[in-house]
Amino acid sequence: MEVIQEGNGDLIGWHDPDEARDWVITNKSRALIDKRMTAAEAVSKFIDDGSFIASGGFGHVRVSMALIYELIRQRKQRLILAGKTAVHDCDILVGSGCVDRVEVAYSFGHELRGLSPASRRMVQSGQCKVVAEISNAAYQWRFLAGMMGIPFIPCRTMLGTDTLNYSSCKVVKDPFSGKPVNLVPAAYPDAALIHVHRCDIHGNAQIDGIMVEDFELARCARRTIITTEEIVATEIIRREPWKTVIPYFVVDAVVETPFGSHPCEMPGAYYYDEDHIAEWLRLSKTQKGGAEYLNKYVFGVADFEEYLEICGGIKQLNYLRRREALREPMTAPWRKEG
Amino acid sequence: MAITGISTGKYNLREYLAFIGASLLEDGKSVFVGTGLPIVAAMLAQKTHAPDLLIVFEAGGTGPQMPELAISVGESRTFHKGVAASSMHDVMSLSQAGYIDYGFLGAAQMDAYGNINTTAIGDHDQPKVRLPGSGGANDVASFSCRLITIIAGQSARTFVDKVDFLTTPGYLSGPGAREAAGLPRATGPYRVVTQLAVYSFDEATKRLKLVSLHPGVTLDEVKENSMFDIIIPDDIATSPEPDARHLELLRQEIDPAGIVLGK
Repeated sequence: MEVIQEGNGDLIGWHDPDEARDWVITNKSRALIDKRMTAAEAVSKFIDDGSFIASGGFGHVRVSMALIYELIRQRKQRLILAGKTAVHDCDILVGSGCVDRVEVAYSFGHELRGLSPASRRMVQSGQCKVVAEISNAAYQWRFLAGMMGIPFIPCRTMLGTDTLNYSSCKVVKDPFSGKPVNLVPAAYPDAALIHVHRCDIHGNAQIDGIMVEDFELARCARRTIITTEEIVATEIIRREPWKTVIPYFVVDAVVETPFGSHPCEMPGAYYYDEDHIAEWLRLSKTQKGGAEYLNKYVFGVADFEEYLEICGGIKQLNYLRRREALREPMTAPWRKEG
Repeated sequence: MAITGISTGKYNLREYLAFIGASLLEDGKSVFVGTGLPIVAAMLAQKTHAPDLLIVFEAGGTGPQMPELAISVGESRTFHKGVAASSMHDVMSLSQAGYIDYGFLGAAQMDAYGNINTTAIGDHDQPKVRLPGSGGANDVASFSCRLITIIAGQSARTFVDKVDFLTTPGYLSGPGAREAAGLPRATGPYRVVTQLAVYSFDEATKRLKLVSLHPGVTLDEVKENSMFDIIIPDDIATSPEPDARHLELLRQEIDPAGIVLGK
């Protein structure tokens, strides 16, 4: 195939497909074992400094914040983040200095809540580098290629734009149609951090609602760490196996973490904690304020349970449940932060 | 310079833009919506003239009847009473295959061919302002048959000769450029809505062309607030105005907290 154009972005997380197979054969056990551990254990065991990591969910939705806070608590360094619509997780990881490189589909923004002061400050001052641009569709097709064990996926997005010029994609002449087609390279993150509604002790996981790109991400990542609202018996998984969206043999760790997505939404379970997000957006306007937030909510607590306590505990969590069920009105405290 | 209905206090700019956006959508068609005003406009269309509008969200929400404003295009409201709750691979593949009639985005900076920048102001590697990037915008603009874009602040700084970074494709460098780049044929920008007017794209040159002025806005204002020349047709229409029912839906049902529509 004739290469017509090459993006000049860094190629992050790509491996030769045979090398990727070898890694799976050597490192991914098919044994049906108990994979439960604490967030601290999972992070220290599976995430090294310099790792390329990706969150499940989307934006402020179904993100494993319990693992994100733990990464910061363990002061991981030089991480590369998949900015596949990474919002709060990206902002706090970049702001805390754990992540210094991002491949960006959507980052440094808080969607409707505005731009993210902490991570923007790091990018604009050169402390965090955007190593490549990409689009949302193309990013998840990177994961699809990875899970399929093939080197790339052809697609018809990003063509003709600077997004492609600054990406790690290549444009070739399609040997079938003769038209230019964009090849997005496979991605194999070193670790995927995915929060689910329920799974068993082996990692067989169910997700309620949209999958976003977690079906692909869980399968292409070298290590997949699952945090879950609850652990259920394997019998429950086996009764309705069609509900299993992530099977145990791609999972490396299972961490039971109720409300583990807080302050993000967990579809059908609890809504965003807008007050908490507003507090972060307000404090993180300055470096000092950002540090104050981290001292209070990350370094100042032993674990996620203690964090939930200082976020308002059961009273606040029950409110977030009612809010998700449309039994409380919408609020937007961050609007006042301007 | 304000729209008459705004200076008389009938509605505010964002309510008006949501109404105009909604008026461009058709019943029985599909629309792929981005965050903010596009969601509000699609909700308004569904509650008025387009009850069977198929709303699609990039994270997998398909055909919802939204109970309230979605803050994120990936949250549970985006598949509330939907026909499907699938994945990004599913909705992006269907879009690429031709199932999306309208794409609907917000933007900050645009050129005469409808190319959009949401990545960086200034140099990419040392940006003056780092913006979020493409997100799903490049995909929506690549795959949708007709792209609608809302720019709330048209000015000589936002309607520019050349965007600092071409994040999302309009007609690129002009006629035939999308096809030459490999983008699906019969796709591209369809309408642009700003605080001053509604625009389309000239068939021959693929450059921005005025369709209608919002009530109270003058042609000079349109020209002054652009770095490039806008094509002015002989017949210039006046944009429609919302009635009490539209405003009530926007204020009471769709965004009572004023999250998108507040001042």
